[in-house]
Amino acid sequence: MTDKVTLAMGAGGRQTAQLIDEVFAARFNSPLLTADDAAVLEPPRGRMAMSTDGFIVSPSFFAGGNIGKLSICGTVNDLACMGARPLYLTCGFVIEEGYPLDQLRQIADAMAATAAAAGVSLVAGDTKVAGKGQVDGVFITTTGVGEIVEGAAPAGAKARPGDAIIVTGDVGRHGCTILLARDEFGIEADVTSDCAPLWDSVEAMLGVTKDIHVIRDATRGGVGTVLYEIASQSGVGVRLDAAAVPVDPAVGGVCRMLGLEPLYLACEGRLVVIAPKEEAPALVEALRACPNSQGAAIIGEITDDRPGWVVMRTEIGSETLLPQPTGELLPRIC
Amino acid sequence: MSDATTTARQILATYDGPRLRIMEVCGTHTHENFRLGIRKLLPPQVDLISGPGCPVCVTPVGFIDEAIWLAEHGVTITTFGDLVRVPGTSKNLAAARADGARVQVVYSPLDALEYAKEHADEQVCFLSVGFETTVPAACLAVSQAHAEGVGNFSLLVANKTMPNAYAALKGSADVFLYPGHVHAITGTQLCEDLVEQGVSGVLAGFTAKELLTAMAVALSKAKEGKPFFVNAYPRVVKSEGTPAAVALIEQVMEPCDTEWRGLGVIPQSGLRLRDEYAAYDARKKHDMPVIEGHANPACRCGNVLRGEITPEQCPLFGKVCTPLHPVGACMVSGEGACSAFYQYGGNLS
Repeated sequence: MTDKVTLAMGAGGRQTAQLIDEVFAARFNSPLLTADDAAVLEPPRGRMAMSTDGFIVSPSFFAGGNIGKLSICGTVNDLACMGARPLYLTCGFVIEEGYPLDQLRQIADAMAATAAAAGVSLVAGDTKVAGKGQVDGVFITTTGVGEIVEGAAPAGAKARPGDAIIVTGDVGRHGCTILLARDEFGIEADVTSDCAPLWDSVEAMLGVTKDIHVIRDATRGGVGTVLYEIASQSGVGVRLDAAAVPVDPAVGGVCRMLGLEPLYLACEGRLVVIAPKEEAPALVEALRACPNSQGAAIIGEITDDRPGWVVMRTEIGSETLLPQPTGELLPRIC
Repeated sequence: MSDATTTARQILATYDGPRLRIMEVCGTHTHENFRLGIRKLLPPQVDLISGPGCPVCVTPVGFIDEAIWLAEHGVTITTFGDLVRVPGTSKNLAAARADGARVQVVYSPLDALEYAKEHADEQVCFLSVGFETTVPAACLAVSQAHAEGVGNFSLLVANKTMPNAYAALKGSADVFLYPGHVHAITGTQLCEDLVEQGVSGVLAGFTAKELLTAMAVALSKAKEGKPFFVNAYPRVVKSEGTPAAVALIEQVMEPCDTEWRGLGVIPQSGLRLRDEYAAYDARKKHDMPVIEGHANPACRCGNVLRGEITPEQCPLFGKVCTPLHPVGACMVSGEGACSAFYQYGGNLS
């Protein structure tokens, strides 16, 4: 093979088969992934969750991961947010003509390693090659199926006044990492993406109680956007304690320089969890015992005043509204 | 909470002096006072009013029209991001860009100079707005371009200076919350002189503690009933300022009369490039016509900038004029009073 992706590799012939065998199948290593037209699978037990997500992050390699790792985490975490153990994933690639094969291998390596860590099988895939300039690098879409743990039924409309709000770690690291990787600001800081699969963390929480009201992954728009969505869906108020929100010092420093709010920077390995207050300490303890949620913390509570709004207790003990998301955040963050 | 924070909050809570209007001259102070919830801690007889200290907000509509004229005549515009969305008479720079103009967002005038050097086949103009805080970097870019013989770089200058603006605003407030970063350049002599004219003020920093301290100082001093000035930001602002930066400004620029949105023309409150640097003055270099802008007549940014009304008293606020569809500059800029009021939902009382 050459060292770059060619249009012929996407034409469906021998070179396509070679690309798939050498780059993807050899790494994904799943008996369910065959050369047939569709994967044949055992059905999940009980209710099933299904989700799909596209990934176009720029740059496609960043501190703490690459687009391959991200494409697995994104869909696995979407399933986990419904209380679903991820079982099967499919992946679709759109690759730009001339893309270095070496980088494609690294992406496939990251997908294989992340899928193994999350306990999910890659069972089907598709590869297309677009002409130079018709797509930027590589775009990936993953679709996943999971089985919902019996008794679990988290949903955005279920937050109730008195519930505690938990985040599973420090906020805003993925967004900050991508911002720095683009090198538009001339700022250097030691920040690594939080990109991680989170089924372990959700499973640990469901081991404490099935009565978890909301689980959301705080991707585009960050924790702040998720909280506004939950406040609106559930018709409740949110009260945050600014001092309790975990922020990595380097992320905090970058945000102060650029006038950004860490609560609005994307995470790719952080959940917002809303659960009855009395369960919160045990949930935090269970989360902290999992490798990807060691920094879990209670950051606020659900209230019945100011429905639809997020109120912050500020560092000097006063109160202010968290400004609403403006929709002008970074493009191509995931 | 630290002891200092508790003490400062007590001073605010127990203030029993006269009615007091404190003007946040600097737009960043407006934002931070909202973000930290300081407005909520103030007693009812103390009003915070927002002043003219957001560079984008006080830049008149005609300046945006001039920038668009340049962009439509093949000049590459380099600018701070805020200005791209500020409405001109008929459109903004974002619309000009969509129509094919080259508009490049930069984070410093020196980045604009770098861009010019890397694109020798383009004429590159930097939109130089801002107060004494940002002027030195623009002057540095011009003096570097001059030294290196860069021929395709110019500035469209609308820089402003504070001294005469204070004089113009004298009656608008009882106490000025002076902008820390402007005085880090210019020093504090001006504030001392204003005390002689009966104008009170506190020079404030930008952290929670610094702002809270500045407020507490303002209220304590106001109770004493005579004009005062206190530098509550001594870790950054020295009485002599930054002489090297002042010298650089004087080398490259000279004072001129200038128009402030909302305040009209204030004599000798603007800057322009000295004749020696005329080759870097976009108006001369590109032989620009005189362009007069016309703001939307319903927009009341002017009254907001003079502290005469709060943003919520403008009929367009939050209805026609929002951060996504700004009518006036005060709704665009991150430092604008309307933007702060909109984002933080006014006083959370």
